[in-house]
Amino acid sequence: MPKDYGIGASSKRREDVRFLTGRGQYTDDLSIHGQAHAVMVRSNVAHGKIVSIDTSAAAAMPGVLAVFTGEDFKDVGGNPAGWLIKSRNGEPMREPKRPVLAHGKVRHVGDAYAAVIAETYEQAKAAAQQIADDAVIDELPAIIDMKAAAADASNRVHDEIPDNICFDWGWIEDNRAAVDAVFKSAPHITTLELVNNRLVPNAMEPRASIGEYFPGTGDYKLTTTSQNPHLTRLLVAAFVMGIPENKLTVVAPDVGGGFGSKIYHYGEEALVLAAAKKLGRAVRWTAERSESFLSDAHGRDHVTKIELACEKDGTFLAFRTETYANVGAYLSNFSTATPTFLHGTLMAGPYKVPHVYVNVKTIFTNTAPVDAYRGAGRPEATFSLERVIDKMCRELGLDQFEVRRKNFITPDMFPYTTPVGLAYDTGNYQATLAKAIEMADVAGFDKRAAASKAKGRLRGMGLSTWIEACGIAPSHLVGVLGSRVGLYDAATVRVNATGNISVMVGAHSHGQGHETVFPQIVAERLGVPESSVEIVHGDTSKIPFGMGSYGSRSLAVCGVAMNKAIDKIVAKGKKIAAHMLEASEGDITFEDGKFSVAGTDKAKTFGEIAFSAYVPHNYPLETLEPGLEETAFYDPANFTYPAGAYICEVELDPDTGKVDVVAFHCADDFGNIMNPMIVEGQVHGGVGQGIGQALLENTTYDENGQLLTGSFMDYAMPRASDVPFYNVDYSCQTPCTHNPLGVKGCGEAGAIGSPPAVVNAVIDALHRGGMTHVTHINMPVSPGRVWQAING
Amino acid sequence: MTKLSMTVNGKAVSGEVEGRTLLVQFLRETLHLTGTHVGCDTSQCGACTVHIDGKAVKSCSIFAADAAGANVTTIEGMANADGSLSVIQQAFQDCHGLQCGFCTPGMVMTSAALLADNPHPTEAEVRHGLEGNICRCTGYHNIVKAVLTASGQTVAAE
Repeated sequence: MPKDYGIGASSKRREDVRFLTGRGQYTDDLSIHGQAHAVMVRSNVAHGKIVSIDTSAAAAMPGVLAVFTGEDFKDVGGNPAGWLIKSRNGEPMREPKRPVLAHGKVRHVGDAYAAVIAETYEQAKAAAQQIADDAVIDELPAIIDMKAAAADASNRVHDEIPDNICFDWGWIEDNRAAVDAVFKSAPHITTLELVNNRLVPNAMEPRASIGEYFPGTGDYKLTTTSQNPHLTRLLVAAFVMGIPENKLTVVAPDVGGGFGSKIYHYGEEALVLAAAKKLGRAVRWTAERSESFLSDAHGRDHVTKIELACEKDGTFLAFRTETYANVGAYLSNFSTATPTFLHGTLMAGPYKVPHVYVNVKTIFTNTAPVDAYRGAGRPEATFSLERVIDKMCRELGLDQFEVRRKNFITPDMFPYTTPVGLAYDTGNYQATLAKAIEMADVAGFDKRAAASKAKGRLRGMGLSTWIEACGIAPSHLVGVLGSRVGLYDAATVRVNATGNISVMVGAHSHGQGHETVFPQIVAERLGVPESSVEIVHGDTSKIPFGMGSYGSRSLAVCGVAMNKAIDKIVAKGKKIAAHMLEASEGDITFEDGKFSVAGTDKAKTFGEIAFSAYVPHNYPLETLEPGLEETAFYDPANFTYPAGAYICEVELDPDTGKVDVVAFHCADDFGNIMNPMIVEGQVHGGVGQGIGQALLENTTYDENGQLLTGSFMDYAMPRASDVPFYNVDYSCQTPCTHNPLGVKGCGEAGAIGSPPAVVNAVIDALHRGGMTHVTHINMPVSPGRVWQAING
Repeated sequence: MTKLSMTVNGKAVSGEVEGRTLLVQFLRETLHLTGTHVGCDTSQCGACTVHIDGKAVKSCSIFAADAAGANVTTIEGMANADGSLSVIQQAFQDCHGLQCGFCTPGMVMTSAALLADNPHPTEAEVRHGLEGNICRCTGYHNIVKAVLTASGQTVAAE
């Protein structure tokens, strides 16, 4: 019988009811008395010198309340990058200031250089157009191609950075000579040049922010579409605006998806706060979808050459990569971590490869900033590895499953330190691969391929065995790697007098179901009904601290902080029970929601203890403080390492080049599972996005830096008819060894593991159809690209 | 400004709008029915889908004035009279057919209209019927499952 309660139960989501009845409260749904409307004025050229911005005509237009330009913010701080990366030569990365509004130059199409506040949105929009008409911006040549940008010192995104290179990073630089030596004498080398295509995250809710200022107290409030309101508060307070942190509340109410794009602090958040103070009124801004395309942080955009050195039997000897990573026009908050420590450290995969060297050159271009998008660096690593392994198997005529098995780290080898600096704590890659082979009925593939052939279609099967490092903390490690802040998390468990429980968590739920899952853990631990536990998230005035949700960290970091706070609640409850039952604290046991004196029938329920905690008559106050509320901070000792095996089957129409994913099988090891229904949903969503990247989505700038894919008419989002039902299994479980819940995280897995499985399946289909000249097709594997590959 | 009246979720409503006011703006800003969402500016995403005289319509694609006199149903009007979730809403919860919830109102409205037209759709018909609604969270698996479940069919593929 599946559990219907607590840890491991597929409890239905309580948040669903408000979303299904139209009672969600997303930022744009809120209406504040006296609110004014902000519209940003965005550059329509990719690169230009701001000669003048005449705002006088706009300021005189009906309803216009205020106009801002970069000049108004030139003296406030800049929005910083969170990770300091050093180049191979030891120099720190080049770190240009990212202003609230562009000043001096505009650096990408969509770069905001002015803003209008007006009584109505339509008035603000009309005045914004007036400013765009009146501004004089001298267009400069756009810097779009990364390799050309790095080679041309004469044209610069930032005048102070001569070669447009942010950093040239080697990981691990000390490995380089040994890796090069292996390649000199390797029996076989497979080389693959590939592009990890640029994506627009496109959470369905566009970004939105509302600024308020309360002159009576000098307090500010920012309501915003954020995945981590505390980080936004920290950035606005300490770096950008200089508002004292205790005077600024940041609220992220219901947030309609993030996928990374809402981790970061954006200039519009500072703008609405400054405007609210200036006008003494609430100021709101909501992005149009077109603005999301132009100004949200994009994802991926790597150009990589990967080489695999191996024995003739497929035993891996070394991987070597050289990557150009596009960082866009400015450094977004995580942008320097994504192509480096979230990418290079995963370049050993789940394999016992002895030598790995990764080189990443991160380049400024006149495009929107690029930062973490679901998976962030790990999809890029996985795609490079799994594609080059697939290519090697074809070159040497080796079985793709056998090659993986031969090279997997084996279960007896944990903890296992890779040549790229991680220590995997546990895993069983053989088990997930075996499970995937069983789920996919690999033995029956030839029969299915024959049936496809009879219909005039080519069938292919692709494999990807992926691993990731997530649960993003551990503070000491990320500190060594360059993070300017530790990434622990916090939770407060407040047991109210009547026994119900409020849990304030630093994690933020924007689709993950925390409001349901976190109470399952509390209920299980404290023996109370799930319905008596409520999660409070997304409000810095209510929550001690937190680093939000990204990097599959909610449960593995914040959930463990909550678990630690529960330990403290139980310990305090034992103290109270000992007093009430006149027993020694050491004799009190806690089980099934009851505090008992061991070996007797004397007991108090959890509710009795809670009530007593707040309205006691006779506590010995020197040793027993009233109240039942505990806070815990948690910093894990290591990353967590989910892993799995994905098998994709495609059918391909050789006449049109159209690829259909007809089956997708996922065998994942996420450690212990708190809510299977939600885990499955996370994998579905990740795989859906991965199929989108593999077959449909691409962000294209022309040579002038105009975004050609700036709407849902031009950017191919996956639709219901583009994907199949997914077959998901998580029964192979090696619980994480360093957190007490044994959880690893499942939010990014699907997006990490799936793209190479899809592309490998396409190449397999073509090879089975006799088109062995096709060794690679860049994503998205669109009908046009397949047709061209087939027809040369 | 144009005066208009229509029926929304069974209630007579009226208001004044500019000629350019879209139905979705009238619903959200004048009637404060914020369950109908705006996810794009090109009538592609479907988050603003409502029913006009029983047909699923993207409310960003019609002027409010053009809906004068119509019978409009929004997500706020979809629950049963006693406030409990309707069959399609309940199926979305039971099947975990929503995550962030932003596309959900439009998905529910489109699905309800789809089932009214075709009470026993195939999986392919459901997927085709949902093509005008974009979801970024679910990979569509559990949405398709919810629609099939609401139609009384059991879902074989898992």
